[in-house]
Amino acid sequence: MKIIKNIFNLIKGYYKFILITALIYLLFQIFDGSIPIAPRLLTRYYMQIIMFALINIIMTVSLNLINGFTGQFSIGHAGFMCIGAYTSAYFTTILFKAANMAYFPQLALFIFSLIMGGLVAAFAGYLIGLPTLKLRGDYLAIVTLAFGEVIRSIVRSSDEIAAFLNQIGLVKFSETIAKISGPRGLSTIPNLSKFWLVYLITILSVIIMRNFIYSTHGRACLSIRENDVAAETMGIDTTRYKIIAFSLSAFFAGVGGGLFAHVLRFIHPNNFSFIKSIDYLIFLYAGGMGSITGSILAATGLTILPEFLRMINFQQWRMVIYPLLLIILMLRKPSGIFGNREFSFLIPKRKEVN
Amino acid sequence: MVLLELKDMCCYFGGLKAVEKFNTKIKKGELVGLIGPNGAGKTTVFNVITGIYPPTSGEIFFQEENIGGLPSHKITQKGIVRTFQNIRIFPTLTVLENIIIAYHFRTHYSILSGILRDDNYHQEEEEMSKKAMELLHLFDLHTYHMNPAGSLPYGEQRKLEIARALATEPNIILLDEPAAGMNPYETIKLMELIKRIKEKFGLTIFLIEHHMQFVMGICERIMVMDFGMQIAEGTPQEIQKNPKVIRAYLGE
Repeated sequence: MKIIKNIFNLIKGYYKFILITALIYLLFQIFDGSIPIAPRLLTRYYMQIIMFALINIIMTVSLNLINGFTGQFSIGHAGFMCIGAYTSAYFTTILFKAANMAYFPQLALFIFSLIMGGLVAAFAGYLIGLPTLKLRGDYLAIVTLAFGEVIRSIVRSSDEIAAFLNQIGLVKFSETIAKISGPRGLSTIPNLSKFWLVYLITILSVIIMRNFIYSTHGRACLSIRENDVAAETMGIDTTRYKIIAFSLSAFFAGVGGGLFAHVLRFIHPNNFSFIKSIDYLIFLYAGGMGSITGSILAATGLTILPEFLRMINFQQWRMVIYPLLLIILMLRKPSGIFGNREFSFLIPKRKEVN
Repeated sequence: MVLLELKDMCCYFGGLKAVEKFNTKIKKGELVGLIGPNGAGKTTVFNVITGIYPPTSGEIFFQEENIGGLPSHKITQKGIVRTFQNIRIFPTLTVLENIIIAYHFRTHYSILSGILRDDNYHQEEEEMSKKAMELLHLFDLHTYHMNPAGSLPYGEQRKLEIARALATEPNIILLDEPAAGMNPYETIKLMELIKRIKEKFGLTIFLIEHHMQFVMGICERIMVMDFGMQIAEGTPQEIQKNPKVIRAYLGE
């Protein structure tokens, strides 16, 4: 009974949110031809771009947890994505053959693999956060930058690692590692990221992160951003909360990576290069640090914009218009499109007390 | 009852002896002042007590427990809280949120409760808001409760910082130059406020101040520091006559 009551309370607080998201979902269903009442405007190619936009929303909002809300500076977000992508692909492609499974076991396996991808990424985040987050300043930026590149290098040299393991007698282990085939990229990943699933997971991730921010634990993170010395003297264990925020962020980056792998169906270490981390930083800054709304809109807009320019045959100007827009944005509105404001339906109601 | 006891507390930065063998006992309910010329090491004493720097040597007892070297947040949780010379509020958060953050370490609901927003979450959040509003009423800050704290006038920001410190429900509060930058009228108001909260919460107060009228008018006991050393201790009357103090302030 208590669980039902909790679920009811959960829904009660979100009716506006659910309404808006359901409406958007319906629109997509109509225009991609699933509900045949309108001409099919969105081909599979466009739907794929939209899925990338959704994944980028997860990535940007999760990056916002560290950079925008906790005030730390991480620039290795693609590294966590990489870990999530390879972990989940390992479960669905190498360990089990999800492609040959029935629908429900397949779905269960996929969700399991996404969570595993998230957990492994979170664990990696915890490990590198533990020593660096105790320090103040830019150490985190340097370490995360290096971390992203190290992860990529490790995956790329999977053949050498496999050969080494073979030499020291761990043959079985070596065979598994060899199947990752780092330098050639991992292909034949089953097409498991269906639109509805990506959409649902994006919404859930955003809600979870937003609820975290608006809880006392999230406020502890905000206070670190505002003034870490004062936060500490208010009885907040700042190191602990930095690590929590960092691990949570890495978790969602891992989930995003898992979804990404199963949309693209082919992953290569170069998909998760430093440039990708920078992309997420751009989305974050364009949307506004500390604004979930901004992250969502910027991630969507800036993912679709280059493709839109390609669509109207403007692709040779793509790399001119995109940076130009960013420069104008930074000149006119340095705090991002939304600063740290939010759409009202994203802010939970606080009971008025006087 | 002795609440806070410092035994030969030292704090060195390399060769610089910022605080040298500081000894004192502060009893429950006292209002003690710490004065001295600029650079005497007053704020360092506060920083060491509140764990921002560990003591180089010596011991700090709080309620008969050695707290020397504990991290800052643990010390706050034990009941010692401070304000800062340069205001350190949370500027972009609302006034209400500033206070509520101080209740953080007393909240029990887990991260999962926060994400699921179950009954524990709603109940504790509501309690916190209510308690915070009561405190803001006491400080006459309630009209601003939804404004970003950084937008408040300077004097109100100081008041907010004291209110926020009180929200941690401390036994002793360390005020680092609470009257800095205030005009005479605001200073008098602040003196009244400090007296009032001391009565109301049964607080022990330890404060640093340069404003002599303020210190002499409010403190029961005063300590004087110069070049990291304690040079005098006594009632305001005794301190005013002490030749060492006069020399420290005015020179030979």
